[in-house]
Amino acid sequence: MTISEKILASAAGRDQVKPGEFITCPLNLVLANDITGPIALEEFSKMGAEKVFDPGKIVLVADHATPNKDIKAATNTKLLRDFAHQQGIEQFYEGPGGGIEHIILPEKGLVRPGQVVIGADSHTCTYGALGAFATGVGSTDAAAAMALGECWFRVPESLKFVFTGKPNKWVSGKDLILYTIGQIGVDGARYMAMEFAGPLIENLPMAERFTICNMAIEAGAKSGIIAPDRTTLEWVSQEWVSQRTDKNAKVFSSDANAEYARVYEFNADDIEPQVAFPHLPENTRGISEVGDIVIDQAVIGACTNGWLEDLRVAAEILRGRQVAEGVRCIVIPGSHQIHLQATKEGLVETFLEAGCLVSTPTCGPCLGMHMGVLAAGERAIATTNRNFVGRMGHPDSEIYLASPAIAAASAIMGKICSPEEL
Amino acid sequence: MLIHGTAHKYGDHIDTDVIIPARYLTLTEPDELAAHCLEDLDEEFLRKVQPGDVIVAGKNFGCGSSREHAPIAIKAAGVGAVIAASFARIFYRNALNIGLPLVESAEASAAIDDSDEVEIDLEAGVVRNVTKAEEYCFAPLTGVAAQLLAAGGLREIVRQKMAVD
Repeated sequence: MTISEKILASAAGRDQVKPGEFITCPLNLVLANDITGPIALEEFSKMGAEKVFDPGKIVLVADHATPNKDIKAATNTKLLRDFAHQQGIEQFYEGPGGGIEHIILPEKGLVRPGQVVIGADSHTCTYGALGAFATGVGSTDAAAAMALGECWFRVPESLKFVFTGKPNKWVSGKDLILYTIGQIGVDGARYMAMEFAGPLIENLPMAERFTICNMAIEAGAKSGIIAPDRTTLEWVSQEWVSQRTDKNAKVFSSDANAEYARVYEFNADDIEPQVAFPHLPENTRGISEVGDIVIDQAVIGACTNGWLEDLRVAAEILRGRQVAEGVRCIVIPGSHQIHLQATKEGLVETFLEAGCLVSTPTCGPCLGMHMGVLAAGERAIATTNRNFVGRMGHPDSEIYLASPAIAAASAIMGKICSPEEL
Repeated sequence: MLIHGTAHKYGDHIDTDVIIPARYLTLTEPDELAAHCLEDLDEEFLRKVQPGDVIVAGKNFGCGSSREHAPIAIKAAGVGAVIAASFARIFYRNALNIGLPLVESAEASAAIDDSDEVEIDLEAGVVRNVTKAEEYCFAPLTGVAAQLLAAGGLREIVRQKMAVD
């Protein structure tokens, strides 16, 4: 079996499962946010549910429109806060100690290797980087899961992506996943689990692994996953990660004879830093083939690239340089803790001196909610995960997806470029 | 269950951001969401759509965000069903969970043109194109999906499950 099949079989209390089978699994964690949560809570009530199955296994994060952008957003956050209080849910986050859900759940040790997690947010697949089976659902599924503590799944087929080679310094996890989506398309992994492996993946730090699994959904996948190894286990056993939860980790890995719908082998020697052109994440080009794309805005952050490591890369490039005149470079640490650490390390000072705007943690601009919405005709380079029509604002605006290094360099030049061109 | 209406045809990879843009995601009422359904893709959609009409699209319909606001907006706009060559996974679950019927058929998706009059028999697995006098067969839903469709969504199934427990 593959790692995904093993996790699902174990959770369902079965010796084995096969792709295509329908199973029902108890859940280790159920997540909802300030966009999907209000509808989930209303549905929870309409289902006739009164108590959540286990307050310790529910997480509510207000992050999309926070700090609350208007009265409706504030009302939605209040709904979550009141529900958490009423149900005894301690894991409600909206400000201090909080941040972007897919960064703070791993950071707080709320997801462990081997768990089954659903979240009413498509980027819930991020936690696959910890060797968990994690997938996005909608509000009604989240409501049912909060009531029953279980969810039905169709066991997905798996695709395996084996990465080898030694890439250029500026090629990061973001470039590997953009390259992969460019190769297989935005529905190339529809309904499937994307399993990432190979010597290159084994050498990646957790931040880049999270970035890779985060964007599995952009290929249509149900989940992304990387088998836990020493890097994973060291990461989850850090004091600040492990302080809140049980330390149980079930480490699964795919059998040598596991069956895959397809195995892809990519040699990163040939992979350049990638840029995804509007309006699909599959429209990727190597940085040398981008041409002259003048930008109005650069966004560095999001659940995709708001990790401390991402900020360090951006700061290394921005240190002692200036953001181009007329460009708004918005830097968004992924969590309160990352924001604090970035401040202590002097990264925030570096950003401010370079002319960047530094925001508190929020999903804001990634989905055109607030804190960096684009006007008609404006162009942004962003470390976010989607460049659909109107995603960051006006339907006539454009988003180019790239890594923090490319975004930082582009902010300095005022057009999309590699740090090597500075 | 019979669905009868006019087809509104769109392309591949219709994402949930164009179905209901994020600037409306602080709204939760179906009618409020329906008032902005597909406005970034087709400004005329809301003027044209009549109760029972059918959205016909290419592959990977509903890709992107998990926002259930997308199928809620489509259903509340009066759309009777969505026909597509394929659906994105979360949208598929969400639509069935709220009782919006979906038909996966590459044949129907390719053959139906904008403004064609269509009739869908969900149980029989047939899409009739009245305008072109054609029929396209599809595999009716089975298993959990069929249960969801029959129950009109997940709410009733959860109610029953909690009553048993």
